[in-house]
Amino acid sequence: MIALLLILVPLLSGIATFFIKKEQAARSWAMLAAVVTLAVSLLGLTVLNKANYLSFHATWLPELGSSFSVGLDGMGQLLCLLTSLAFPLVFLATWRRSYPNGHSFFGWMLLAQAGLMGVFLATDALLFYFFWELALVPMYFICSRWGGERRIPVTFKFFVYTFAGSVIMLVGLLYVYFSAGNSFAMHDFYAVRLTSKEQTFLFWMFFVAFAIKMPIFPFHTWQPDTYEQSPTAATMILSGVMVKMGLLGLLRWLLPVLPISSYAWGDVASGMAVTGIIYASLIAMRQDDMKRLIAYSSIAHIGLMCITIFSEHKTGLQGVMIQMFNHGINIIGLWIIVEIIERQFGTRKMSQLGGIAQKAPVMAIFFVIIAFANIALPLTNGFIGEFLMFNGILNSTVTKYGVLLTVLAGTGIILGAVYTLGMIRKTFYGEVNELTANARDLKWNESLALTIIVAIIIVLGIYPQPVLNLTNEITDTILKNADVLSIKK
Amino acid sequence: MKNALQLAYLIPLFPLLGFLLNGLGRKYFSKSLIGTIGSGAILASFAVSLWVFFQVKSGNTHVAHYFNFISVGDLKIPFAFQIDQLSSLFLLIITGIGFLIHLYSTAYMHDEKPEHFGRYFAYLNLFVFSMLLLVMGANFVIMFIGWEGVGLCSYLLIGFWFRKEEYNKAASKAFIMNRIGDLAFLIALFWLINKTGTVTFLEVFSAESLSKLSDRDITVITALLFVGATGKSAQIPLYTWLPDAMAGPTPVSALIHAATMVTAGIYMIARSNVLYSMAPAVMTVIAIVGLATALLAATIALKQNDIKKVLAYSTVSQLGYMFLALGTGSYVAAVFHVMTHAFFKALMFLGSGSVIHAMGGEQDIRKMGGLSKYMKITNITFLVGCLAIAGIPGLSGFFSKDEILAGAFATSPVFYAIGLFTALLTAFYMFRLYATTFRGSFRGTHEQEHHLHESPAAMTIPLIVLAVLSIVGGYVGVPEFIAAGAHSLKDFLYPVFEPSYKILQEHHVSHETEWGLTIGSTIAILAVVIYAWTRFSKKPDLAEPQGLGKVLANKWYVDEIYDAVIVKPLNKLGALLNNIVETKVIDGIVNGVGRLVNYGGRQLRWVQSGQVGLYVLLMVLSMIVIFVLQFFFRK
Amino acid sequence: MPINYYIFLAIALFSIGVVGVLTRRNAIIIFMCIELMLNSVNLLLVAFSKMHHLAAGATPTTGIDGQLFVFFIMVVAAAEVSVGLAIIVMMYRNIHSVDVNFLNRLKH
Repeated sequence: MIALLLILVPLLSGIATFFIKKEQAARSWAMLAAVVTLAVSLLGLTVLNKANYLSFHATWLPELGSSFSVGLDGMGQLLCLLTSLAFPLVFLATWRRSYPNGHSFFGWMLLAQAGLMGVFLATDALLFYFFWELALVPMYFICSRWGGERRIPVTFKFFVYTFAGSVIMLVGLLYVYFSAGNSFAMHDFYAVRLTSKEQTFLFWMFFVAFAIKMPIFPFHTWQPDTYEQSPTAATMILSGVMVKMGLLGLLRWLLPVLPISSYAWGDVASGMAVTGIIYASLIAMRQDDMKRLIAYSSIAHIGLMCITIFSEHKTGLQGVMIQMFNHGINIIGLWIIVEIIERQFGTRKMSQLGGIAQKAPVMAIFFVIIAFANIALPLTNGFIGEFLMFNGILNSTVTKYGVLLTVLAGTGIILGAVYTLGMIRKTFYGEVNELTANARDLKWNESLALTIIVAIIIVLGIYPQPVLNLTNEITDTILKNADVLSIKK
Repeated sequence: MKNALQLAYLIPLFPLLGFLLNGLGRKYFSKSLIGTIGSGAILASFAVSLWVFFQVKSGNTHVAHYFNFISVGDLKIPFAFQIDQLSSLFLLIITGIGFLIHLYSTAYMHDEKPEHFGRYFAYLNLFVFSMLLLVMGANFVIMFIGWEGVGLCSYLLIGFWFRKEEYNKAASKAFIMNRIGDLAFLIALFWLINKTGTVTFLEVFSAESLSKLSDRDITVITALLFVGATGKSAQIPLYTWLPDAMAGPTPVSALIHAATMVTAGIYMIARSNVLYSMAPAVMTVIAIVGLATALLAATIALKQNDIKKVLAYSTVSQLGYMFLALGTGSYVAAVFHVMTHAFFKALMFLGSGSVIHAMGGEQDIRKMGGLSKYMKITNITFLVGCLAIAGIPGLSGFFSKDEILAGAFATSPVFYAIGLFTALLTAFYMFRLYATTFRGSFRGTHEQEHHLHESPAAMTIPLIVLAVLSIVGGYVGVPEFIAAGAHSLKDFLYPVFEPSYKILQEHHVSHETEWGLTIGSTIAILAVVIYAWTRFSKKPDLAEPQGLGKVLANKWYVDEIYDAVIVKPLNKLGALLNNIVETKVIDGIVNGVGRLVNYGGRQLRWVQSGQVGLYVLLMVLSMIVIFVLQFFFRK
Repeated sequence: MPINYYIFLAIALFSIGVVGVLTRRNAIIIFMCIELMLNSVNLLLVAFSKMHHLAAGATPTTGIDGQLFVFFIMVVAAAEVSVGLAIIVMMYRNIHSVDVNFLNRLKH
């Protein structure tokens, strides 16, 4: 019930939005829909948190062995909460930004939300693939219509790149489908036993698709360009929520389905991810454009989560869960401020900014808090996630290189401090110049959005236990299905 | 009465409230209200700390468990405070000196606008809160929260005047250098969790969990924790941030970069003394690093002309001393020196602040001189500080330094010799500083001379209190050979270090030898003091340094070496990756695939000539090929 | 008559058809060559149908489907001829030629 509503509310209201001609009305309508979705998601977390409310099954394509089954587990609940939080925040923060043909902008946004929800909820592989593509299409239209100057080639590349990945994944899905006795159901996928040779091929088919989405080095080159060229509202969704599709894919569709190859090839994947962490951090140090800097920092953060997933350790996976949520919240916060800066000064180049803290102290405080959460300062949400993740990596029993990976990924943490502090210093500190001399502080809608984000950062930083309890069960399930060591014995 | 200890949560709560009030209300409050809230919060904490201290002194210790911070699988990290002898002593130092410095700040920062004044006190309160978390935490994770929290506050306060680019750079440098150490700290924690499954002090240090640790584990864990300590406590190789940190307001330097935060590493090692006592190799490394830092920093301090830089290098040097004490197993001496150093170094920093205040922001001692005529209280209190740090008998520094040197002698006479030499250097540069600043004749501009004045009472009262403490603070640790059983600090801290005493064998040095060493070193120090005083009073060292002096004045070019070896190559690598690898290689491959498809399509265009005949020909040829294949390759 | 004779005749007819399609440029001749190929196939089908019908153990309906196909092909060929000839006539009206080499507009 809840699961169905989470998809239907944004889907139907999104379609309806296309018929509202006035931009402001469409905006309000979209906001209303997003808030309703948030309410549904919160209901699912509290009052209606019972198994029979959380899942939904209907016959869809019985001849193909596929059904319309959606369900919420702890990971799904958390990611749906993130999705349903992200959209109201995005709409709120961009309340004053005008989009030509606004109604279709908001329509596409809500459709994207429906697609994302579907990806997080699907417990049927074909449905998962269906929503996976459904989420991509609206983003393509948003980026190519409301993006920056180079939007056409950049979004084309983004689309083709991710689409190529998902087609490869489809082939893999079909292979598992046939091996699982012509069934797309998740439990059949989990039950199927494939030889290690088959798993190796399938692993790379799946992993490449997810790696492109996350993105993992060296499949990341679409990402900085796309983040830079997309309208910031879309960037928030892309980086805050969409990259979680790849992580969810790893956790729900790769580790439990292909345990042997995850064990065998996990080190290689981790190697790619850790290379990406250092590589992206070093590049981030050289960026002048704030959007590109945050884009590269996101590659580093996602890389850490990827390593942790392949370390298959209880605390690590719990860390990934909470960090998926945190990363979304924090990076949306960063984008909101970038958006404000860009709208105000017409540039995102740090070399042209400076001294904003003198004129806009409240914005500076918010930015500093969110930036420090992003580099995992204790008592912010980022610390909980990174602490658990690093603990998982170092104490992993499935990889021999736990210590090495921790140290290398840890250098990413240090470099993260370097470029994040550099960004604060260049934009907010120092003397004002003629561009920033008349900087204004936050408007009420921006303050509200940022206050919500900072509240989440602090509360989860001090008392993360509710989230950890929420995902406790699903991490156990994943680990049980992925436990190749005990199968071997 | 155990209930007093259950109120211990009030100690960090007051500064936290102060932080929130001042932080949120800085635009609405007047300066005096802000100052009252800020200082009052710390005073309240001090009162509770005092109460707690006496409870602990009468033999009560307590671990207060509040809620589960992180609980995942087998890993349980409670949010809990541990009140025992060690933490209660640090609580007193932090809140006591913290209060004096808050009081001092109300006058020192009075020229700031109210909102910046409020920001300053908010940061300062947040710092005290973090520092209290650090020492009160009952496990390594809570300690780490405070550990990074003080790093954050240090960053914010060094860059307090954020309009100056170089201050911001100094702030970033401090934070990043600390982060390097913090990473090592974290890895040590994970290692510990892996082997023992817990991070709570009492459980980790219990015999049961220690038996789970192999020698290698202990060596790795202690070494990594020590790397963490080198970051926070400014030891080789991560010390270079501390002198730069002097960009912050002077009371901040006194509180954070002299009295409290930088001693966090010593606190942490003292807290985990059992582990360290079981890792003799690491102990030796600590002693050597400490000694090397002490010597290196002392040599640099010889040629510095910025009043705060001299004190900063002196702090690095004294911290090195404390690590020497830890490395030689004299944990009590290290903690003792933390305490006395907090008194006299805070005093000297505040004194230098008073001087800078009077000089209108001037920090170069070559432009000072003869200030004793104008600033009587500052002069006398500063002199007390110099005497204390030099180790003149009767003042606090003498007792703690003597104990460290005695411990070093018991381990190795070489350590003692280098330690003593460093002590002589310390006496020399301190009196060079004192004589150049306060003696001789004034060398500044006429306008500055006209402006010279003694600081207001809010600044001089903390100076006087600290001066008194610098004199009497040493009498809690009178060495055994002077008066048996007079070392009350050692008795007080005995329960904390008891397990280590069982592991480490006692090096005994006879009382006669100790007398000899003490008298010998005292005479040498006195000689140096008198020499430096007379020399620099008459003829201050104003010329540009040459030769070795130039190397020292440039801090052995360590910053430049780091820049050339680490910072620049990393930046170059980043540029290379950004400009070449990313665009040409990786994206080049991706775009290359696209271009290849494009190219292939263009090459195959001739097939689509529109000539039906060609199509038919191709069709027939393909059919022939298929037939041939079918014929030869059928199964 | 052994089946081989039919086969060789069909192959000869088919090859003449193929070569004709490939080498001639007159659309009408190409058309006739296509008919030749179709009819060579018809010949084969009929021949095999007869062969199977005469084989031992055959039922009255054996091989009948081959002849059915022949009728199909003839019907389709007739339809094709009518449409194809109409196209050729239209082509001649427009460009006054039935040379296929002039017709490369499919390229566009």
